[in-house]
Amino acid sequence: MAYKWLPRWFFQLASPRWCYQITGQLIPWFAAISGLLVVSGIIWGLAFAPPDYQQGNSFRIIYLHVPSAILAQSFYMLMALAGAIGLIWKMKVADMVAKSVAPIGAALAVLALLTGAIWGKPTWGSWWVWDARLTSMLVLLFLYLGVIALNSAIESETTAAQSTAVLALVGLVNIPIIKYSVEWWNTLHQPATFKLTEKPAMPPEMWVPLLVMVIGLYMMFGLALMLRLRNEILLRERRASWVKELLAVKA
Amino acid sequence: MNNKDLSASGLFVATFRRDLVLAFRRKSELVNPLIFFLMVITLFPIGVSPEPDFLAELAPGLLWVAALLATLLSMESLFKADFEDGSLEQLLLSPQPLFMVVLAKVSAHWLMSGLALTLVAPVLAVMLFLPFEGMPGLMLSLLLGTPTLSLIGAIGAALTVGLRRGGVLISLLVLPLYIPVLIFGSSAVQAAITGLPLGGYFALLGALLALALALAPLATGAALRISVSG
Amino acid sequence: MAFESFADFIDMGGHGLFVWLSYALGIFTIVGCIVQPLLQSKAIKRDLRRRFRREEGSA
Repeated sequence: MAYKWLPRWFFQLASPRWCYQITGQLIPWFAAISGLLVVSGIIWGLAFAPPDYQQGNSFRIIYLHVPSAILAQSFYMLMALAGAIGLIWKMKVADMVAKSVAPIGAALAVLALLTGAIWGKPTWGSWWVWDARLTSMLVLLFLYLGVIALNSAIESETTAAQSTAVLALVGLVNIPIIKYSVEWWNTLHQPATFKLTEKPAMPPEMWVPLLVMVIGLYMMFGLALMLRLRNEILLRERRASWVKELLAVKA
Repeated sequence: MNNKDLSASGLFVATFRRDLVLAFRRKSELVNPLIFFLMVITLFPIGVSPEPDFLAELAPGLLWVAALLATLLSMESLFKADFEDGSLEQLLLSPQPLFMVVLAKVSAHWLMSGLALTLVAPVLAVMLFLPFEGMPGLMLSLLLGTPTLSLIGAIGAALTVGLRRGGVLISLLVLPLYIPVLIFGSSAVQAAITGLPLGGYFALLGALLALALALAPLATGAALRISVSG
Repeated sequence: MAFESFADFIDMGGHGLFVWLSYALGIFTIVGCIVQPLLQSKAIKRDLRRRFRREEGSA
């Protein structure tokens, strides 16, 4: 089904070969820019940003915790979107993107949980606390793990891609419901919710490095995604002539 | 199913009746979720503490978690038998609307699992020293909540029907999705104990059920088609 | 600079363990997510080349 309103590059995306080529060109740029952003963000956050009035220097963990949390959530949406595209338009590349995103998203969720827990120790006194944000992130990790588990349990690549796409979409619909219910549950059991992050009353010296880290890590994990995607393309398209030519040249 | 039953309600009733008849042929299996429910409840006084005050505090959440787990355990049987003897494939090939077929199967399954658990729950609640005020909250929240659990569980069952050891995987896939129902269900029982109004909780549970009724059979149908053709 | 000396920087006002542990985990995750596909890519290419050579040899 060709929809006239979709731009040409959308259908070019359907070609694994085209995706392989274009990611090959994008990767050096992403590596350079993201490397610059992340390194400067980390240095800025660790050494130059002022310590927080209440939390002191443990506040610097924000420069990892918040970006990884944001990325974990965005990558889930990307996974669901790619799955939906693969399901509706039967694009192999979309399936491959969804499969490649899952482990990265899960790793980011784990990082968000670990940094959140570590941050909690000097702030609240214990290594874990069942607050709304951490609990929701844990549930997001479960959703990721479910997708990864289902994918590895099904042998046929196409069936696996379709099933995980359905699961990812069901999860996507549930995420706002889960978030709302967990926040509500949390207000029942904790009179005052401690916020790990400051309200927008953060001075620029504090939130600019955060923005730098968010953009930089987006690009860096986007880079990771492209690397995984290329591997997935090579594996699935190994019978294609362009793959043979590509590898033969390097021999 | 004869040609007279081409209407949607006729299809529903026919499928519903068929599943009930098939389920009753294996009466011994019907009682498994109930036994599991009882056993899980028994584990807590034994494993933690039999103190009445302690158990009474745990009771709302514990009853809900045990009912949830018992439902989850029974989900695998929803499509398995039909898949193995080929009738599932026939159902998918027929022109009947899959939504109705799925709804009928889940309803029949719920009668045997969720509803049965709801009816047995007061007995177990007594064993956990749940205050008497909590009973209506318990029964109604389970009555409203377990259909949602069955509907969502059906998605997991459909996604894994073709797999050999799909049972544990269903739990992994479906448990995160159960969390909202668990939160509102157990809170309803808590609220009943402390004498707070229950209307809001039931409205929320009702809303979740409505959403599940509308969307879950769609996802289940799609998952069935994918699993069976794979 | 938010710190007086390098020792202060490492100590992070008493929170040094937490901050440096978090950043170590962060760097580990970033490096892991990039290095793993790179290594896998080498393995895949090596594997495919071997397979192509074998197919051509038997053709």
